Amino acid sequence: MLSLVIFLPLAAALVLAVFPGIPDRAARWAWVVVAAADTASVAGMWAAYEQPPNGGLAFEEQVTWIPSVGSSYHIGVDGLSLPLLALTVVVFLACSIYALREQNRPRAQAALFLFLQTSCLGVFAAQDLILFFLFFDLSIVGMYFVIAGWGHGNAARSALKFFLYTFLGSLALLLGFIGLYLYSEPRTFDMVELARLAPLNGNPVAGGVVLGAVLLGLAIKTPTFPFHTWLPPAHTDAPAIGSAVLAGILLKMGTYGFVRIAMPMLPTAWRDWAWVIIIIGIISVLYGALVALAQSDLKRMIAYTSVNHMGYVVLAVGAAGAAGGNDAAAREIAVTGALTQMVSHGLITAALFLLAGVLKDRAGTYDMDSYGGLARPAPKFALLFAVGAFASLGLPGFSGFIAEFQIFAGSIGTVPWVAVALPGILITAALFLLAVQRLLTGAVQGRSAQVSDLRTTELLPIGTLLCLSLLIGVVPRVLLDLIEPASAAVVVLVGR
Amino acid sequence: MGMDFSVLAPEIVVLTGAVTALLAGSFSPRNKQWISRLIAALAVAVGAGFAVAGTLGEPETVFTGTFAVDTATGVARAIICVATLLVISLGGRELTGTSRESETYSLMLLSALGAMVMSGTSDVLVLAVGYLLASIPLYALIGMGRSPHAAEAALKTYLLGAFFGIALMLGVAVLYALAGGSTYEELSTELTGAPAAAIAVGLVGVLAGLAFKAGAVPGHFWIPDAAQGAGITAATFLTTVPKVGAFIAAYRLLSSMPDTVNWPLLIGLLSAASMTIGNFAAYFQTDVRRLLGWSTVSQAGYLLIPVAVAGQSALALPSLLFYLAAYAASNVGAFAVVAATGRHEVEDYRGLIRTAPWLAGALLISLLSLVGTPPTAVFVGKLTTFTAGWDGGLTWLVVLAALNTVASLFYYLRWIAPAFARDPAAPRPRVASDEASSTRGWAASTAVVAGAVALTLGLFAGLFWPWLEGSLAH
Repeated sequence: MLSLVIFLPLAAALVLAVFPGIPDRAARWAWVVVAAADTASVAGMWAAYEQPPNGGLAFEEQVTWIPSVGSSYHIGVDGLSLPLLALTVVVFLACSIYALREQNRPRAQAALFLFLQTSCLGVFAAQDLILFFLFFDLSIVGMYFVIAGWGHGNAARSALKFFLYTFLGSLALLLGFIGLYLYSEPRTFDMVELARLAPLNGNPVAGGVVLGAVLLGLAIKTPTFPFHTWLPPAHTDAPAIGSAVLAGILLKMGTYGFVRIAMPMLPTAWRDWAWVIIIIGIISVLYGALVALAQSDLKRMIAYTSVNHMGYVVLAVGAAGAAGGNDAAAREIAVTGALTQMVSHGLITAALFLLAGVLKDRAGTYDMDSYGGLARPAPKFALLFAVGAFASLGLPGFSGFIAEFQIFAGSIGTVPWVAVALPGILITAALFLLAVQRLLTGAVQGRSAQVSDLRTTELLPIGTLLCLSLLIGVVPRVLLDLIEPASAAVVVLVGR
Repeated sequence: MGMDFSVLAPEIVVLTGAVTALLAGSFSPRNKQWISRLIAALAVAVGAGFAVAGTLGEPETVFTGTFAVDTATGVARAIICVATLLVISLGGRELTGTSRESETYSLMLLSALGAMVMSGTSDVLVLAVGYLLASIPLYALIGMGRSPHAAEAALKTYLLGAFFGIALMLGVAVLYALAGGSTYEELSTELTGAPAAAIAVGLVGVLAGLAFKAGAVPGHFWIPDAAQGAGITAATFLTTVPKVGAFIAAYRLLSSMPDTVNWPLLIGLLSAASMTIGNFAAYFQTDVRRLLGWSTVSQAGYLLIPVAVAGQSALALPSLLFYLAAYAASNVGAFAVVAATGRHEVEDYRGLIRTAPWLAGALLISLLSLVGTPPTAVFVGKLTTFTAGWDGGLTWLVVLAALNTVASLFYYLRWIAPAFARDPAAPRPRVASDEASSTRGWAASTAVVAGAVALTLGLFAGLFWPWLEGSLAH
């Protein structure tokens, strides 16, 4: 079942890639149909999901792959991965609908995104480090071709920078994985086994080095300060749906790695170095917010708010491992908040990037000064943009509030001084209000007149993403019931 | 320990093939040279079959300890034969109907035979013979192109080959004198009491010769020139096949060296130098053959990692064998694309995805495999060699190799990016290479097959791996 969900898009991608005779229209719709089928499958899995006893996995599959190095094709889901799998299929479905009007090589684009979908799903379902790495790397390759092939501006250069930078991260990750393998007894790359063994727990020096390698890899992917410099150019030059997937899904691979790999497998090292992680998180929060405030390019602004939002996740997972404060409940709230933030940020930021893509499509620029008074010519756009902005700044009623509230409640309960990151929320609020004011209100000016309102193929995906954010904000239990047992398990594992 | 010649079946078949191809070529008219092509292809195919069969027995040394019949020999023979077969196949376009077709096949088979001898021998004197047998046909192969570039490359290769050959023989002489015997078994027992400095001199000499064949620092200077100057068939051959013999020979020799000499450090330094120099030199190459030439130098650096930890990690030998097979498939794939398109400048590949999507796909897989991206073959090779290197205590080298891998991505992408670019190339008058599509087809098919092999080896590495796990014969 799970393998089918992962590889269905790949199979469709191969068909689309191999037969050049497929008409463009058929290719576009085939993509939508496959993405919808995959979404339905994941929805079915969510409905059928039952919390496995004592931290096990549901829908588990294991086949030997390279037994001599202790690596197998091992996949499975739990409360950490299922929300992200769901996020992945939803965001990709949204992109497929948004791309129904694509004129530029739609067949190749559909094939590429379906390939990318398989690699993203694979990362979140993998329970073997080599398998994880395989999908992780393939997602980088796929995104490189998305940016280079369908981007605009200086796309080739941004794509190269993205590839080189994140490939550096992935190799650091690989070194960390090899370290985990070599210190485990019996030697294995199996993630479940490694989480159980915590192989480097009695070895602070090697544990620190291996954690350093893993953290470097994940921090580049997330990205946190100071490894974020690849992100703004990649986003600026990527096509709208590329940005949506990059911000919505690919960034989560980094933060997912923290809770899935770094915390359970290297608990002692994580606790020893938690203060560094918290500080990196705080800097990312404040720096991302401040730099975003200074942007006049809409896409760059959203890109920097991603640094800010991912910073909350990093500081939460850091605080969950920090010494002092014996309150396990607070730690659990922090981890739960971090996971909720991943889902929330995925939904909201994907929507915002698609909205930015609409502006580019109509008027050819992301420069916010070129617009003004968009509410008049494009009321639906204005409404959704305002909703997205408020959701992103953490307004109660949206998923972002649930996430950030839990992050700060849990983190400050454990490590009071993380409160210095609180101004980040304020700055984010300011910059989004400013953006809403500059773009939507006032007299119609600049290129605003060229901006016709949203079409159905735009309204539907963006609206759905924001509605899901609203749903989580209003009835958070749907998500939290799934996440809470998993985050409790992570807190137990990191406390060993 | 008897004189059982059947264990040499692959060598005998290849030698017979070389001689027969030459004779058949001499007695056939120009338009019937495909006969020797067929003979040569048949010889290496049968040789590969015998090689695989030869791995099934117990490891042993034959001919009074001078030749080892074990997994390493068998796998190396198989890689050499299959790689040669692929090279013959991709050479269809370039060689068919030329005046030296049968000679080329014959020389390739002889050089492959030399590589096979190098990989199997457990005697330094036979190693010297294998070196000469692998080298001398190569000089002729490179010079066969008859262009000024080819002449220069042949001369350069010849001079360097002669120089490093003398170094090798000097080293052999020193080791022989110190041990009083030339087989590896005698070396391993007799050298323990010998002065370390003298052993080091002998070892450095032999390793220098092997570095020349492997295309590793310090014997790498000829590779880029030869890759660019020689014909594409010869270029593919010389960057692929001799390496296999040289690395197995180095592994075998070092496994019998006493630990009074710190050879792991020496190999580690050579490895670091090879990968770094190869990468940096490849950076700004615009001729893809030169780019691939330097890339093989850097790949030689990665291949030296398991050699440096020979005997220190259980993964060392299988990872070396796997990496060699993976590298051979990927490298042949990339060269086959060059042979099929006939384009030599990176920019000439612009828009290849539109004109030849299958070739572009093969190129993508081959180059990503050379980078080490999963799920291709070299990824598994890199994963296991890195693991072996760290396991054997050379963590610094593994970190350096990882950094070099990132750096290498840059120049491989310089080739991939135009091939997949949206806008097709501005038509250049120089690219007038669309003649005789029937022979082009050979190279294109080879590219696709090699790409498929690189992918299959990576995806199903677990199936091949048990076959590689055998000990060396002592």
